[in-house]
Amino acid sequence: MKNLVKAIIAIAIICAALMYTVHSLDKTSSKAGANVLTVYNWGEYIDPALLKKFEKETGIHVIYETFDSNEAMMTKVEQGGTNYDIAVPSEYTIEQMKDKKLLLPVDHQKIPNLKNIDADFLNLDFDKKNHYSIPYFWGTVGVVYNPNMLTKNLDFSSWNQLWDPSLKGEILLVDSAREVLGMSLNSMNLSLNSTDSAELKKATDKLIKLSPNVKAVIGDEVTQLMVNGDAAVALTWSGQAADMMYDNEELTYTVPDEGSNLWFDNMVIPKTSKNVDGAHQFINFMLDPKNAAQNADYVGYSTPNKAALKLLDAEVVNDERYYPSAEVRDNLHVYKDLGKEKIGEYNELFLKFKMSLQ
Amino acid sequence: MQNKRSGSITLVPYYVWIALFVIAPIVLVGYYSLLDLEGNFTLENYKNFLTPVYLKMTLSSFWYAFLITTVCLVVSYPAAFIISRLKNKQLWLMLIIIPSWINLLLKTYAFIGILGQSGPINAFLASIGFEKQQMLFTSASFVFVSVYIFIPFMILPIFNSIDKLSPALLDASRDLGASRLYTLRRVMIPLTMDGIKAGIQAVFIPALSLFMITRLIAGNHVITLGTAIEQQFLVTQNWGMGSTIAVFLIIFMFIIMAFTGEKKKKGASRRGKN
Amino acid sequence: MAKINTSSKIYLTLVFIVLYAPIFFLIFYSFNSGDSMTNFQSFTLDHYKDVFADSRLVVILLNTVVVALLSALIATIIGTMGAIGIQTMRNRKLRNTVLSLNNILIVSPDVIIGASFLILFTMVGIKLGFTSVLLSHIAFSIPIVVIMVLPKMQEMSNTLIDAALDLGASKKEVLTRVILPYIQPGIFAGFFMALTYSLDDFAVTFFVTGNGFSTLSVEIYSMARAGVSLTVNALSGIVFAVTMLLVLGYYFVTTRKMKGVRK
Repeated sequence: MKNLVKAIIAIAIICAALMYTVHSLDKTSSKAGANVLTVYNWGEYIDPALLKKFEKETGIHVIYETFDSNEAMMTKVEQGGTNYDIAVPSEYTIEQMKDKKLLLPVDHQKIPNLKNIDADFLNLDFDKKNHYSIPYFWGTVGVVYNPNMLTKNLDFSSWNQLWDPSLKGEILLVDSAREVLGMSLNSMNLSLNSTDSAELKKATDKLIKLSPNVKAVIGDEVTQLMVNGDAAVALTWSGQAADMMYDNEELTYTVPDEGSNLWFDNMVIPKTSKNVDGAHQFINFMLDPKNAAQNADYVGYSTPNKAALKLLDAEVVNDERYYPSAEVRDNLHVYKDLGKEKIGEYNELFLKFKMSLQ
Repeated sequence: MQNKRSGSITLVPYYVWIALFVIAPIVLVGYYSLLDLEGNFTLENYKNFLTPVYLKMTLSSFWYAFLITTVCLVVSYPAAFIISRLKNKQLWLMLIIIPSWINLLLKTYAFIGILGQSGPINAFLASIGFEKQQMLFTSASFVFVSVYIFIPFMILPIFNSIDKLSPALLDASRDLGASRLYTLRRVMIPLTMDGIKAGIQAVFIPALSLFMITRLIAGNHVITLGTAIEQQFLVTQNWGMGSTIAVFLIIFMFIIMAFTGEKKKKGASRRGKN
Repeated sequence: MAKINTSSKIYLTLVFIVLYAPIFFLIFYSFNSGDSMTNFQSFTLDHYKDVFADSRLVVILLNTVVVALLSALIATIIGTMGAIGIQTMRNRKLRNTVLSLNNILIVSPDVIIGASFLILFTMVGIKLGFTSVLLSHIAFSIPIVVIMVLPKMQEMSNTLIDAALDLGASKKEVLTRVILPYIQPGIFAGFFMALTYSLDDFAVTFFVTGNGFSTLSVEIYSMARAGVSLTVNALSGIVFAVTMLLVLGYYFVTTRKMKGVRK
């Protein structure tokens, strides 16, 4: 009994000491009530130095919170309870959030730096006239591969090369229904936004034939695995491909000719915002060419900021793997929100494919 | 439940917890399981669960949970026994627990590195002239990492029940001519049964709903009910179907508890006094 | 003390090697001048400097420890009381039902617990942040405490308690002098397992946190997409070293004291 009481007291004292330390370290509590902006973003998806710079320039204190999936983020915004002023969802989520009335309109008057964004990336289907969203980073879906590990000379100019028997057990796929089924649809020259059940079934059947070649269906660990040479080929997003190529120079990335997906992460103002003005200031700040270039340099993803491109390393900007030519971009398509019913169908089919892996 | 012991009062906060954090979520899960995507009442989800895809998944979840628990038990029992005979046993026990305080995702990434083609194990195999082995994305590596996660949960309760066994008892059994195996089977295991049971509960039940590492370590070659729920909630956003799978998981757990719960006879003889 | 033979020693050594292998692996890479857990380039302490430069990360770490310690403590108290109560139940059916209810949170996947707690908290109007995270951690840690304490309760023969009562001990005395000392190992086991649950949890915390409060797990998981930085490895290395020092230090101080007393 004495031991137990001692233990309880010790823990209480430790907690009190730690909480005091937190209190003195954490500027948020001391600035309570002051001008605060809560940014909700993916982890490691912004240069922290920029946050400090923003705080210095505007006097707004930034609280940075992180999420790991679009859907989980949306659930949090929908349920309320916390005030997010800026969030950075992917484009298909923006459509859903719009439908659910979770977004506030963006006032273009307050964002003069919008002129820096490449017109090609504005006024897209998922958000006409950019009423609700401003592009943050963009990229493609393609094939990353290690030519030195291939037994046959493949260049992945066509998706169908993935089915080549020489790739037995060598392919990593991302664990995402839209990307994988979309790839199969694209390989048959069908739309990756297909809602035709017969087409989807055909795509799934074709995928099941791919299973001998599939080493694993995984998530973000794909980066580590490809860098380490655990597999020769992976279907992945260009942003992650950039990370991989940075760590392993043998790797290269390509978008097959049949076309692929064009994705965007965008800044939006959720309806939970308590500092709409500050949110606009933040968006404008991030669109400043210097800041955008610094951020792109830190994160390693492709920026939609035309003016920032001039400030970036020419070698990167001219590299078609990171910034594909207009010709390639014509073949890329943005995901449409297909509605819950169809997304459910995509996921059921994808599950069926995964169960065929054993 | 009126008795002269301290029973009823101590249960108050515990019951409050059950009411707030167990019953409320169950009601919610039960309610959602009856909704379709549009929010209308339906039994469709239940019908959907009883299709081969989900039944196969259920079987495979149980199979892997069983494998994980068995391997865990086989590894942990001797370890707990040896530790209980060491000089600084409390310290050694702490050293078993400490690794579990380092973030699981980081440790999993470390395992991907260790088990991978260019990892230390394959480097070692290569250096002694063996061929490189594909260890990641196999069901064996999945079971291995799961066991790794659950080992402290098995060792602790077993240690607690072995620790109070006096070595003299085992010596006596040996002196009376019992074989090692016989002593283990007839003396040790029955006397440490409560600890073993607790360990099995602490491993088997959560193992049923493992997710993350099914993807990270098994590369989706193993798909469990936990994975499916995760996907339904977060990807498909079909909370109805996700909840339905959860309802079945809870039902399965109740069935297991009914089977492993105290049997009448044993209970009567132990608690014969009223 | 029974003697330990060589094969036992080898076996235990193996178990420990496996348990610590991933930890040493990730600490090894915390000294990597590259920026991921691949291709060790050259030795550097930069990632350790980054830890101390990033006050946000330090705050998150301390928050994580506070939530873990407090939630484990409170869960242990409630869970222990629950286990004592359950054991004294006469009605076997009721006891089994309560035990099954107890295990529901263990069998439920984290997303479900997280989502339903989120709905619960916003319905009741609890502000998301430290309080909601602490409450959730207490909630999902209680069942594991019960599971750890219960076998000790079951072992303790009722005759012991009856004897104490017959000898005129009050209920309170029975609890503090007989029951608690006997089940103490179970209580500590429960506490440490609750600590583990709390430190490992990502999904539940993610859903119920807000207003700037974050824990290490949430931070690490959300880094996965753009790559977990080695700063986190360095942080884990520091946490590991400090924990080891505390445990070893505490242990040697207490054993030396005990030896001193014996003399």
